[in-house]
Amino acid sequence: MSTLTYAGTPVDVDPEGFMTDPGQWTEAIAAEIAAANGIDALTDRHWQVIRFMREAYLTKGAAPSIRTLGKASGVPIKELYELFPKGPAKLAAKIAGIPKPRGCI
Amino acid sequence: MLAMAQRIVILGGGTGGTLLANRLRRRLDRATEIVVVDRDDRHVYQPGLLFVPFGLERPDRIVRSRAQQLHDGIEFREAEIDRLDADSSTVCLRDGSTLDYDVCVIATGADLLPEETDGLTGPGWGESIFSFYTLDGATALRDRLQMFTGGRLVVNVVDMPIKCPVAALEFAFLADWHLTRLGVRGDVEITYATPLDAAFTKPVAADHLAGMLERKGIRLQAEFATGRVDSERGRLVSWDEREIPFDLLVAVPLHGGAGFVARSPGLGDELGFVETDLHTLQSRRAPNVFAIGDATNLPTSKAGSATHFEAEALSENIAALLAGEPLQGSYDGHVNCFIESGFHKAMLIDFNYEQEPVPGRFPEPHVGPLPLLRESRLNHLAKLAFEPLYWNVLLPGHGVPGLGSDLDLAGKQLAPTHQGGAR
Repeated sequence: MSTLTYAGTPVDVDPEGFMTDPGQWTEAIAAEIAAANGIDALTDRHWQVIRFMREAYLTKGAAPSIRTLGKASGVPIKELYELFPKGPAKLAAKIAGIPKPRGCI
Repeated sequence: MLAMAQRIVILGGGTGGTLLANRLRRRLDRATEIVVVDRDDRHVYQPGLLFVPFGLERPDRIVRSRAQQLHDGIEFREAEIDRLDADSSTVCLRDGSTLDYDVCVIATGADLLPEETDGLTGPGWGESIFSFYTLDGATALRDRLQMFTGGRLVVNVVDMPIKCPVAALEFAFLADWHLTRLGVRGDVEITYATPLDAAFTKPVAADHLAGMLERKGIRLQAEFATGRVDSERGRLVSWDEREIPFDLLVAVPLHGGAGFVARSPGLGDELGFVETDLHTLQSRRAPNVFAIGDATNLPTSKAGSATHFEAEALSENIAALLAGEPLQGSYDGHVNCFIESGFHKAMLIDFNYEQEPVPGRFPEPHVGPLPLLRESRLNHLAKLAFEPLYWNVLLPGHGVPGLGSDLDLAGKQLAPTHQGGAR
Protein backbone atom coordinates (compact mmCIF):
# COMPACT_ATOMS: atom_id res chain seq x y z
CA MET A 1 0.00 0.00 0.00
CA SER A 2 1.33 3.43 -0.85
CA THR A 3 0.09 7.00 -0.76
CA LEU A 4 -0.42 9.52 -3.56
CA THR A 5 -1.45 13.13 -3.22
CA TYR A 6 -4.32 14.42 -5.34
CA ALA A 7 -5.85 17.89 -4.97
CA GLY A 8 -3.68 18.43 -1.93
CA THR A 9 -5.06 15.33 -0.19
CA PRO A 10 -3.03 12.18 0.50
CA VAL A 11 -4.94 9.03 -0.55
CA ASP A 12 -4.16 5.32 -0.16
CA VAL A 13 -3.60 3.48 -3.44
CA ASP A 14 -2.68 -0.04 -4.58
CA PRO A 15 0.46 -0.71 -6.69
CA GLU A 16 -1.48 0.20 -9.85
CA GLY A 17 -2.81 3.47 -8.47
CA PHE A 18 -6.37 2.39 -7.62
CA MET A 19 -7.67 4.02 -4.44
CA THR A 20 -8.27 1.50 -1.71
CA ASP A 21 -10.54 3.66 0.46
CA PRO A 22 -13.47 5.11 -1.54
CA GLY A 23 -14.26 7.30 1.49
CA GLN A 24 -11.19 9.45 0.75
CA TRP A 25 -12.50 10.36 -2.71
CA THR A 26 -13.70 13.83 -3.74
CA GLU A 27 -14.72 15.26 -7.11
CA ALA A 28 -11.52 17.34 -7.15
CA ILE A 29 -9.48 14.14 -6.72
CA ALA A 30 -11.40 12.56 -9.61
CA ALA A 31 -10.51 15.46 -11.90
CA GLU A 32 -6.81 15.15 -11.03
CA ILE A 33 -6.72 11.35 -11.53
CA ALA A 34 -8.48 11.86 -14.88
CA ALA A 35 -5.94 14.49 -15.96
CA ALA A 36 -3.05 12.23 -14.92
CA ASN A 37 -4.55 9.55 -17.22
CA GLY A 38 -4.98 11.76 -20.25
CA ILE A 39 -8.55 12.99 -19.75
CA ASP A 40 -8.30 16.77 -19.57
CA ALA A 41 -11.92 17.61 -18.89
CA LEU A 42 -14.62 15.47 -17.31
CA THR A 43 -17.92 15.98 -19.15
CA ASP A 44 -21.43 15.21 -17.88
CA ARG A 45 -21.20 11.84 -19.66
CA HIS A 46 -17.98 11.03 -17.78
CA TRP A 47 -19.66 11.94 -14.50
CA GLN A 48 -22.66 9.76 -15.30
CA VAL A 49 -20.34 6.76 -15.55
CA ILE A 50 -18.22 7.75 -12.54
CA ARG A 51 -21.30 8.12 -10.31
CA PHE A 52 -22.71 4.83 -11.56
CA MET A 53 -19.40 3.10 -10.74
CA ARG A 54 -19.31 4.46 -7.21
CA GLU A 55 -22.95 3.68 -6.55
CA ALA A 56 -22.51 0.12 -7.83
CA TYR A 57 -19.37 -0.42 -5.79
CA LEU A 58 -20.79 1.01 -2.59
CA THR A 59 -24.02 -1.00 -2.81
CA LYS A 60 -22.69 -4.30 -4.23
CA GLY A 61 -19.09 -4.35 -3.07
CA ALA A 62 -17.65 -4.92 -6.53
CA ALA A 63 -16.83 -2.67 -9.46
CA PRO A 64 -19.06 -3.29 -12.50
CA SER A 65 -17.64 -4.89 -15.63
CA ILE A 66 -17.74 -3.22 -19.03
CA ARG A 67 -20.76 -5.33 -20.03
CA THR A 68 -22.63 -4.25 -16.92
CA LEU A 69 -21.71 -0.62 -17.61
CA GLY A 70 -22.99 -0.96 -21.16
CA LYS A 71 -26.29 -2.44 -19.99
CA ALA A 72 -26.99 -0.35 -16.90
CA SER A 73 -25.06 2.95 -16.82
CA GLY A 74 -27.02 4.55 -19.67
CA VAL A 75 -23.83 4.97 -21.71
CA PRO A 76 -23.31 2.47 -24.57
CA ILE A 77 -20.05 0.51 -24.73
CA LYS A 78 -18.86 2.25 -27.91
CA GLU A 79 -19.13 5.63 -26.15
CA LEU A 80 -17.50 4.26 -22.99
CA TYR A 81 -14.40 3.52 -25.06
CA GLU A 82 -14.43 7.09 -26.38
CA LEU A 83 -14.85 8.60 -22.91
CA PHE A 84 -12.37 6.33 -21.14
CA PRO A 85 -9.93 5.09 -23.80
CA LYS A 86 -8.41 1.59 -23.74
CA GLY A 87 -10.02 0.04 -20.67
CA PRO A 88 -13.18 1.92 -19.67
CA ALA A 89 -14.08 -0.25 -16.68
CA LYS A 90 -10.58 0.02 -15.21
CA LEU A 91 -10.02 3.70 -15.97
CA ALA A 92 -13.48 4.74 -14.76
CA ALA A 93 -12.92 2.76 -11.54
CA LYS A 94 -9.62 4.51 -11.00
CA ILE A 95 -11.17 7.94 -11.47
CA ALA A 96 -14.18 6.97 -9.33
CA GLY A 97 -11.84 6.17 -6.45
CA ILE A 98 -12.83 2.52 -6.08
CA PRO A 99 -10.65 -0.62 -6.13
CA LYS A 100 -9.65 -2.22 -9.44
CA PRO A 101 -12.44 -4.34 -10.96
CA ARG A 102 -11.73 -7.96 -10.09
CA GLY A 103 -12.30 -8.94 -13.65
CA CYS A 104 -13.57 -12.42 -14.06
CA ILE A 105 -12.34 -15.80 -13.18
CA MET B 1 -47.84 -38.27 13.62
CA LEU B 2 -48.40 -36.43 10.37
CA ALA B 3 -45.23 -35.43 8.54
CA MET B 4 -45.50 -32.16 6.67
CA ALA B 5 -44.84 -32.88 3.01
CA GLN B 6 -42.20 -30.54 1.68
CA ARG B 7 -41.20 -29.90 -1.91
CA ILE B 8 -37.84 -28.98 -3.38
CA VAL B 9 -37.95 -27.65 -6.93
CA ILE B 10 -34.67 -27.71 -8.83
CA LEU B 11 -34.61 -25.63 -11.99
CA GLY B 12 -32.21 -27.18 -14.49
CA GLY B 13 -31.17 -30.80 -14.99
CA GLY B 14 -27.53 -30.27 -15.93
CA THR B 15 -24.47 -31.03 -13.83
CA GLY B 16 -25.51 -29.02 -10.75
CA GLY B 17 -29.22 -29.81 -10.77
CA THR B 18 -28.67 -33.52 -11.31
CA LEU B 19 -25.98 -34.14 -8.74
CA LEU B 20 -27.74 -31.99 -6.16
CA ALA B 21 -31.09 -33.75 -6.69
CA ASN B 22 -29.40 -37.14 -6.28
CA ARG B 23 -27.55 -36.05 -3.15
CA LEU B 24 -30.72 -34.64 -1.62
CA ARG B 25 -32.72 -37.75 -2.51
CA ARG B 26 -30.29 -39.88 -0.53
CA ARG B 27 -30.11 -37.43 2.35
CA LEU B 28 -33.79 -36.59 2.89
CA ASP B 29 -36.68 -38.87 3.72
CA ARG B 30 -39.22 -39.75 1.06
CA ALA B 31 -41.84 -37.39 2.45
CA THR B 32 -39.81 -34.61 0.85
CA GLU B 33 -40.69 -34.36 -2.79
CA ILE B 34 -37.94 -33.45 -5.30
CA VAL B 35 -38.82 -32.12 -8.75
CA VAL B 36 -36.29 -31.28 -11.46
CA VAL B 37 -37.44 -29.03 -14.29
CA ASP B 38 -35.66 -28.69 -17.62
CA ARG B 39 -36.70 -27.60 -21.11
CA ASP B 40 -35.35 -30.75 -22.76
CA ASP B 41 -34.15 -34.25 -21.96
CA ARG B 42 -30.65 -33.94 -23.43
CA HIS B 43 -27.81 -33.85 -20.90
CA VAL B 44 -24.58 -32.90 -22.69
CA TYR B 45 -21.22 -33.78 -21.16
CA GLN B 46 -19.89 -30.30 -21.79
CA PRO B 47 -16.15 -31.00 -21.29
CA GLY B 48 -16.47 -33.32 -24.32
CA LEU B 49 -17.36 -30.41 -26.63
CA LEU B 50 -13.72 -29.30 -26.79
CA PHE B 51 -12.70 -32.61 -28.39
CA VAL B 52 -15.44 -32.82 -31.03
CA PRO B 53 -13.88 -30.33 -33.51
CA PHE B 54 -10.71 -32.43 -33.65
CA GLY B 55 -12.50 -35.73 -34.18
CA LEU B 56 -11.39 -36.92 -30.75
CA GLU B 57 -14.95 -37.29 -29.47
CA ARG B 58 -18.14 -38.27 -31.29
CA PRO B 59 -21.04 -35.82 -30.80
CA ASP B 60 -23.62 -38.56 -30.12
CA ARG B 61 -21.42 -40.13 -27.45
CA ILE B 62 -21.56 -37.13 -25.09
CA VAL B 63 -25.35 -36.80 -24.84
CA ARG B 64 -27.59 -38.81 -22.53
CA SER B 65 -31.11 -38.53 -21.13
CA ARG B 66 -31.41 -36.09 -18.23
CA ALA B 67 -34.21 -38.11 -16.63
CA GLN B 68 -32.13 -41.27 -16.61
CA GLN B 69 -29.40 -39.59 -14.54
CA LEU B 70 -31.89 -38.96 -11.72
CA HIS B 71 -32.41 -41.45 -8.90
CA ASP B 72 -35.77 -43.12 -8.25
CA GLY B 73 -38.05 -40.86 -6.29
CA ILE B 74 -37.11 -37.71 -8.22
CA GLU B 75 -39.71 -36.32 -10.60
CA PHE B 76 -38.46 -34.99 -13.95
CA ARG B 77 -40.62 -32.32 -15.53
CA GLU B 78 -39.93 -31.23 -19.12
CA ALA B 79 -41.09 -27.62 -19.34
CA GLU B 80 -39.94 -24.08 -20.11
CA ILE B 81 -39.66 -21.81 -17.09
CA ASP B 82 -41.44 -18.48 -17.32
CA ARG B 83 -40.49 -16.88 -14.02
CA LEU B 84 -39.97 -17.37 -10.33
CA ASP B 85 -42.24 -15.55 -7.89
CA ALA B 86 -40.16 -15.43 -4.72
CA ASP B 87 -42.87 -13.72 -2.65
CA SER B 88 -45.31 -16.59 -3.09
CA SER B 89 -42.63 -19.32 -3.45
CA THR B 90 -43.96 -20.36 -6.84
CA VAL B 91 -42.35 -21.23 -10.15
CA CYS B 92 -44.49 -20.31 -13.16
CA LEU B 93 -44.02 -22.51 -16.21
CA ARG B 94 -44.59 -21.50 -19.82
CA ASP B 95 -47.46 -23.98 -20.22
CA GLY B 96 -49.39 -21.98 -17.64
CA SER B 97 -48.97 -24.41 -14.77
CA THR B 98 -47.25 -23.54 -11.51
CA LEU B 99 -45.06 -25.36 -9.00
CA ASP B 100 -45.09 -24.33 -5.35
CA TYR B 101 -41.90 -24.95 -3.42
CA ASP B 102 -40.51 -24.93 0.09
CA VAL B 103 -37.02 -24.65 -1.36
CA CYS B 104 -36.07 -23.72 -4.92
CA VAL B 105 -32.60 -24.21 -6.41
CA ILE B 106 -31.62 -22.41 -9.59
CA ALA B 107 -29.32 -24.61 -11.63
CA THR B 108 -30.13 -23.35 -15.09
CA GLY B 109 -26.52 -22.61 -16.06
CA ALA B 110 -25.43 -20.00 -18.54
CA ASP B 111 -26.97 -19.28 -21.95
CA LEU B 112 -24.89 -18.40 -25.00
CA LEU B 113 -25.66 -15.01 -26.53
CA PRO B 114 -23.80 -14.90 -29.88
CA GLU B 115 -26.40 -12.55 -31.34
CA GLU B 116 -25.38 -9.84 -28.83
CA THR B 117 -22.14 -9.32 -30.75
CA ASP B 118 -22.69 -7.36 -33.95
CA GLY B 119 -21.88 -9.44 -37.03
CA LEU B 120 -20.99 -12.64 -35.19
CA THR B 121 -24.04 -14.59 -36.36
CA GLY B 122 -24.19 -12.78 -39.70
CA PRO B 123 -23.37 -14.15 -43.18
CA GLY B 124 -20.14 -15.94 -42.15
CA TRP B 125 -21.71 -17.87 -39.24
CA GLY B 126 -21.17 -21.56 -39.87
CA GLU B 127 -18.85 -20.85 -42.82
CA SER B 128 -15.85 -18.91 -41.53
CA ILE B 129 -17.16 -18.18 -38.02
CA PHE B 130 -17.84 -20.91 -35.45
CA SER B 131 -18.29 -21.61 -31.77
CA PHE B 132 -17.64 -25.02 -30.21
CA TYR B 133 -19.75 -24.27 -27.11
CA THR B 134 -22.77 -26.12 -28.53
CA LEU B 135 -22.98 -29.64 -29.93
CA ASP B 136 -24.10 -28.35 -33.34
CA GLY B 137 -21.39 -25.69 -33.38
CA ALA B 138 -18.65 -28.12 -32.39
CA THR B 139 -19.79 -30.59 -35.05
CA ALA B 140 -19.92 -27.95 -37.80
CA LEU B 141 -16.44 -26.76 -36.79
CA ARG B 142 -15.13 -30.33 -37.04
CA ASP B 143 -16.29 -30.48 -40.66
CA ARG B 144 -14.74 -27.10 -41.44
CA LEU B 145 -11.42 -27.92 -39.74
CA GLN B 146 -11.03 -31.00 -41.91
CA MET B 147 -10.77 -28.73 -44.92
CA PHE B 148 -8.65 -26.03 -43.28
CA THR B 149 -5.13 -26.35 -44.59
CA GLY B 150 -3.80 -22.83 -44.39
CA GLY B 151 -4.56 -19.23 -43.38
CA ARG B 152 -5.28 -17.26 -40.26
CA LEU B 153 -7.05 -19.01 -37.40
CA VAL B 154 -8.24 -16.64 -34.67
CA VAL B 155 -9.53 -17.92 -31.33
CA ASN B 156 -11.45 -15.20 -29.49
CA VAL B 157 -13.13 -14.84 -26.12
CA VAL B 158 -15.63 -12.03 -26.72
CA ASP B 159 -15.99 -11.11 -23.04
CA MET B 160 -16.13 -12.65 -19.60
CA PRO B 161 -17.68 -14.39 -17.82
CA ILE B 162 -17.63 -17.62 -19.83
CA LYS B 163 -18.06 -21.28 -18.96
CA CYS B 164 -14.75 -23.03 -18.43
CA PRO B 165 -12.48 -19.98 -18.87
CA VAL B 166 -9.57 -22.18 -20.01
CA ALA B 167 -11.50 -23.87 -22.85
CA ALA B 168 -10.58 -21.27 -25.46
CA LEU B 169 -6.88 -21.65 -24.61
CA GLU B 170 -7.23 -25.41 -24.78
CA PHE B 171 -8.83 -25.04 -28.19
CA ALA B 172 -5.80 -23.04 -29.39
CA PHE B 173 -3.39 -25.66 -27.98
CA LEU B 174 -5.30 -28.55 -29.54
CA ALA B 175 -5.56 -26.72 -32.87
CA ASP B 176 -1.77 -26.33 -32.87
CA TRP B 177 -1.42 -30.09 -32.28
CA HIS B 178 -4.12 -31.05 -34.80
CA LEU B 179 -2.60 -28.90 -37.55
CA THR B 180 0.88 -30.23 -36.74
CA ARG B 181 -0.39 -33.80 -37.13
CA LEU B 182 -1.92 -32.89 -40.49
CA GLY B 183 1.42 -31.42 -41.56
CA VAL B 184 0.00 -27.96 -42.26
CA ARG B 185 0.91 -26.11 -39.06
CA GLY B 186 3.50 -24.05 -40.95
CA ASP B 187 0.77 -22.69 -43.22
CA VAL B 188 -1.51 -21.58 -40.40
CA GLU B 189 -1.09 -18.52 -38.22
CA ILE B 190 -2.89 -18.96 -34.87
CA THR B 191 -3.87 -15.94 -32.78
CA TYR B 192 -5.47 -16.03 -29.33
CA ALA B 193 -7.40 -12.80 -28.69
CA THR B 194 -8.72 -12.11 -25.20
CA PRO B 195 -10.23 -9.11 -23.42
CA LEU B 196 -8.11 -9.93 -20.34
CA ASP B 197 -4.77 -8.23 -19.84
CA ALA B 198 -3.02 -11.63 -19.88
CA ALA B 199 -3.55 -15.22 -21.02
CA PHE B 200 -5.65 -16.06 -17.95
CA THR B 201 -7.39 -14.39 -15.01
CA LYS B 202 -4.89 -15.43 -12.34
CA PRO B 203 -1.29 -14.11 -12.47
CA VAL B 204 0.90 -17.19 -11.79
CA ALA B 205 -1.13 -19.45 -14.11
CA ALA B 206 -1.30 -16.64 -16.70
CA ASP B 207 2.51 -16.51 -16.84
CA HIS B 208 2.74 -20.29 -17.33
CA LEU B 209 0.06 -20.24 -20.02
CA ALA B 210 1.61 -17.28 -21.85
CA GLY B 211 4.89 -19.24 -21.97
CA MET B 212 3.06 -22.23 -23.44
CA LEU B 213 1.41 -20.07 -26.12
CA GLU B 214 4.81 -18.67 -27.06
CA ARG B 215 6.46 -22.10 -27.26
CA LYS B 216 3.67 -23.29 -29.53
CA GLY B 217 3.99 -20.24 -31.78
CA ILE B 218 0.50 -18.96 -30.94
CA ARG B 219 0.25 -15.17 -30.95
CA LEU B 220 -1.34 -13.70 -27.81
CA GLN B 221 -3.43 -10.57 -28.35
CA ALA B 222 -4.41 -9.40 -24.86
CA GLU B 223 -6.75 -6.51 -23.97
CA PHE B 224 -8.73 -7.04 -27.17
CA ALA B 225 -12.37 -6.19 -26.38
CA THR B 226 -14.39 -7.44 -29.36
CA GLY B 227 -16.94 -4.90 -30.52
CA ARG B 228 -18.07 -6.49 -33.78
CA VAL B 229 -17.24 -9.00 -36.46
CA ASP B 230 -16.90 -7.90 -40.07
CA SER B 231 -17.41 -11.23 -41.79
CA GLU B 232 -17.25 -9.84 -45.33
CA ARG B 233 -13.73 -8.51 -44.81
CA GLY B 234 -12.81 -11.28 -42.37
CA ARG B 235 -11.97 -8.92 -39.55
CA LEU B 236 -12.49 -9.04 -35.80
CA VAL B 237 -12.91 -5.41 -34.72
CA SER B 238 -12.44 -4.13 -31.16
CA TRP B 239 -14.53 -1.40 -29.54
CA ASP B 240 -11.58 0.96 -30.01
CA GLU B 241 -11.34 0.06 -33.72
CA ARG B 242 -8.33 -2.24 -33.74
CA GLU B 243 -8.61 -5.14 -36.19
CA ILE B 244 -7.50 -8.75 -36.34
CA PRO B 245 -7.84 -10.41 -39.76
CA PHE B 246 -9.08 -14.02 -39.90
CA ASP B 247 -9.85 -16.76 -42.38
CA LEU B 248 -11.37 -18.94 -39.67
CA LEU B 249 -12.76 -17.44 -36.45
CA VAL B 250 -13.53 -19.61 -33.43
CA ALA B 251 -15.36 -17.38 -30.98
CA VAL B 252 -16.55 -17.98 -27.45
CA PRO B 253 -19.71 -15.83 -27.44
CA LEU B 254 -21.06 -13.69 -24.62
CA HIS B 255 -22.81 -15.57 -21.83
CA GLY B 256 -25.81 -14.60 -19.74
CA GLY B 257 -28.10 -16.24 -17.22
CA ALA B 258 -31.27 -18.11 -18.19
CA GLY B 259 -34.03 -15.88 -19.55
CA PHE B 260 -36.47 -16.47 -16.68
CA VAL B 261 -34.01 -14.87 -14.22
CA ALA B 262 -34.43 -11.50 -15.93
CA ARG B 263 -38.24 -11.98 -15.78
CA SER B 264 -38.08 -12.57 -12.02
CA PRO B 265 -37.65 -9.20 -10.28
CA GLY B 266 -34.71 -8.85 -7.91
CA LEU B 267 -33.29 -12.30 -8.64
CA GLY B 268 -30.36 -11.64 -10.97
CA ASP B 269 -27.70 -9.11 -11.87
CA GLU B 270 -27.57 -7.15 -15.15
CA LEU B 271 -26.32 -10.23 -17.00
CA GLY B 272 -29.03 -12.52 -15.62
CA PHE B 273 -26.85 -14.41 -13.16
CA VAL B 274 -28.45 -15.07 -9.77
CA GLU B 275 -27.14 -12.84 -7.00
CA THR B 276 -25.81 -15.48 -4.64
CA ASP B 277 -24.17 -15.48 -1.23
CA LEU B 278 -20.50 -16.48 -1.69
CA HIS B 279 -20.56 -19.11 1.05
CA THR B 280 -24.13 -20.26 1.87
CA LEU B 281 -25.18 -20.19 -1.84
CA GLN B 282 -28.49 -18.64 -0.79
CA SER B 283 -29.90 -16.17 -3.29
CA ARG B 284 -30.04 -12.58 -2.09
CA ARG B 285 -33.70 -12.43 -3.11
CA ALA B 286 -35.21 -14.93 -0.65
CA PRO B 287 -33.86 -17.28 2.03
CA ASN B 288 -35.52 -20.36 0.49
CA VAL B 289 -34.06 -19.77 -2.98
CA PHE B 290 -30.54 -21.06 -3.66
CA ALA B 291 -28.34 -21.21 -6.73
CA ILE B 292 -25.58 -23.52 -7.92
CA GLY B 293 -23.00 -23.61 -10.70
CA ASP B 294 -22.92 -21.45 -13.79
CA ALA B 295 -26.27 -19.82 -12.92
CA THR B 296 -24.72 -17.93 -9.99
CA ASN B 297 -22.85 -14.62 -10.03
CA LEU B 298 -20.15 -16.03 -7.72
CA PRO B 299 -16.63 -14.71 -8.35
CA THR B 300 -15.27 -18.13 -9.16
CA SER B 301 -14.95 -20.07 -12.43
CA LYS B 302 -18.04 -21.29 -14.21
CA ALA B 303 -16.89 -24.89 -14.18
CA GLY B 304 -18.23 -28.33 -13.37
CA SER B 305 -15.72 -28.75 -10.57
CA ALA B 306 -16.95 -25.60 -8.81
CA THR B 307 -20.51 -26.91 -9.17
CA HIS B 308 -19.51 -30.25 -7.70
CA PHE B 309 -17.81 -28.65 -4.69
CA GLU B 310 -20.75 -26.28 -4.14
CA ALA B 311 -23.16 -29.20 -3.97
CA GLU B 312 -21.79 -30.40 -0.66
CA ALA B 313 -22.34 -27.10 1.18
CA LEU B 314 -25.63 -26.60 -0.63
CA SER B 315 -27.19 -29.96 0.22
CA GLU B 316 -26.19 -29.44 3.85
CA ASN B 317 -27.78 -25.97 3.89
CA ILE B 318 -31.01 -27.12 2.24
CA ALA B 319 -31.39 -29.93 4.77
CA ALA B 320 -30.75 -27.42 7.57
CA LEU B 321 -33.27 -24.93 6.22
CA LEU B 322 -35.97 -27.60 5.91
CA ALA B 323 -35.26 -28.68 9.49
CA GLY B 324 -35.40 -25.08 10.71
CA GLU B 325 -31.73 -25.08 11.70
CA PRO B 326 -29.04 -22.47 10.98
CA LEU B 327 -27.09 -22.84 7.73
CA GLN B 328 -23.57 -24.06 8.34
CA GLY B 329 -22.46 -25.30 4.93
CA SER B 330 -19.88 -22.94 3.47
CA TYR B 331 -18.36 -23.03 -0.02
CA ASP B 332 -14.82 -21.62 -0.33
CA GLY B 333 -14.70 -20.92 -4.08
CA HIS B 334 -12.77 -24.13 -4.80
CA VAL B 335 -12.26 -25.02 -8.48
CA ASN B 336 -9.96 -27.32 -10.32
CA CYS B 337 -9.56 -27.65 -14.06
CA PHE B 338 -7.57 -29.72 -16.45
CA ILE B 339 -6.06 -27.72 -19.29
CA GLU B 340 -5.51 -29.90 -22.35
CA SER B 341 -2.36 -28.75 -24.10
CA GLY B 342 -2.14 -31.19 -27.02
CA PHE B 343 0.44 -33.87 -27.79
CA HIS B 344 -1.19 -36.16 -25.15
CA LYS B 345 -0.47 -33.77 -22.30
CA ALA B 346 -2.48 -31.61 -19.95
CA MET B 347 -2.02 -29.23 -17.04
CA LEU B 348 -4.06 -29.13 -13.88
CA ILE B 349 -4.92 -26.08 -11.78
CA ASP B 350 -6.51 -25.95 -8.31
CA PHE B 351 -7.65 -22.74 -6.60
CA ASN B 352 -10.38 -20.92 -4.63
CA TYR B 353 -11.72 -17.41 -3.85
CA GLU B 354 -8.52 -16.47 -2.02
CA GLN B 355 -5.74 -18.68 -3.36
CA GLU B 356 -4.68 -18.45 -7.01
CA PRO B 357 -3.40 -21.57 -8.85
CA VAL B 358 0.23 -22.38 -8.00
CA PRO B 359 2.55 -25.36 -8.53
CA GLY B 360 2.23 -28.40 -6.26
CA ARG B 361 0.76 -31.91 -6.32
CA PHE B 362 -2.82 -33.16 -6.48
CA PRO B 363 -4.93 -34.58 -4.93
CA GLU B 364 -2.51 -35.75 -2.21
CA PRO B 365 -0.14 -32.97 -1.10
CA HIS B 366 3.52 -33.74 -2.03
CA VAL B 367 2.47 -37.14 -3.43
CA GLY B 368 0.09 -36.40 -6.27
CA PRO B 369 0.17 -38.31 -8.47
CA LEU B 370 -0.94 -35.36 -10.59
CA PRO B 371 1.36 -32.33 -10.90
CA LEU B 372 -0.23 -28.88 -10.61
CA LEU B 373 0.46 -26.10 -13.10
CA ARG B 374 2.77 -28.31 -15.16
CA GLU B 375 2.14 -30.25 -18.35
CA SER B 376 2.12 -34.01 -17.99
CA ARG B 377 0.85 -37.15 -19.70
CA LEU B 378 -0.77 -38.30 -16.48
CA ASN B 379 -2.95 -35.19 -16.33
CA HIS B 380 -4.13 -35.92 -19.87
CA LEU B 381 -4.99 -39.51 -18.95
CA ALA B 382 -6.81 -38.28 -15.86
CA LYS B 383 -8.84 -35.88 -18.00
CA LEU B 384 -9.85 -38.76 -20.29
CA ALA B 385 -10.67 -40.96 -17.30
CA PHE B 386 -12.95 -38.27 -15.96
CA GLU B 387 -15.80 -38.86 -18.41
CA PRO B 388 -17.00 -42.22 -17.01
CA LEU B 389 -16.45 -40.78 -13.54
CA TYR B 390 -18.79 -37.92 -14.46
CA TRP B 391 -21.71 -40.16 -15.43
CA ASN B 392 -21.15 -42.91 -12.86
CA VAL B 393 -19.84 -41.17 -9.75
CA LEU B 394 -20.24 -37.42 -9.91
CA LEU B 395 -23.81 -37.12 -11.25
CA PRO B 396 -25.19 -39.84 -8.94
CA GLY B 397 -23.99 -37.54 -6.17
CA HIS B 398 -21.11 -39.53 -4.74
CA GLY B 399 -17.88 -37.93 -3.61
CA VAL B 400 -14.89 -38.52 -5.85
CA PRO B 401 -12.38 -40.58 -3.83
CA GLY B 402 -9.50 -38.47 -2.53
CA LEU B 403 -11.13 -35.24 -3.62
CA GLY B 404 -12.28 -32.89 -0.85
CA SER B 405 -14.68 -30.02 -1.37
CA ASP B 406 -12.40 -27.43 0.26
CA LEU B 407 -9.11 -26.34 -1.28
CA ASP B 408 -6.12 -28.02 0.35
CA LEU B 409 -3.15 -25.66 0.72
CA ALA B 410 -0.73 -28.35 1.91
CA GLY B 411 2.16 -28.95 -0.48
CA LYS B 412 1.32 -25.99 -2.69
CA GLN B 413 4.18 -23.64 -3.55
CA LEU B 414 2.73 -20.48 -2.09
CA ALA B 415 4.55 -17.31 -3.04
CA PRO B 416 4.47 -14.94 -0.02
CA THR B 417 3.50 -12.01 -2.21
CA HIS B 418 2.64 -11.85 -5.84
CA GLN B 419 2.08 -8.52 -7.50
CA GLY B 420 -1.23 -7.90 -9.12
CA GLY B 421 -3.65 -10.21 -7.36
CA ALA B 422 -6.64 -11.47 -9.28
CA ARG B 423 -6.99 -10.00 -12.73
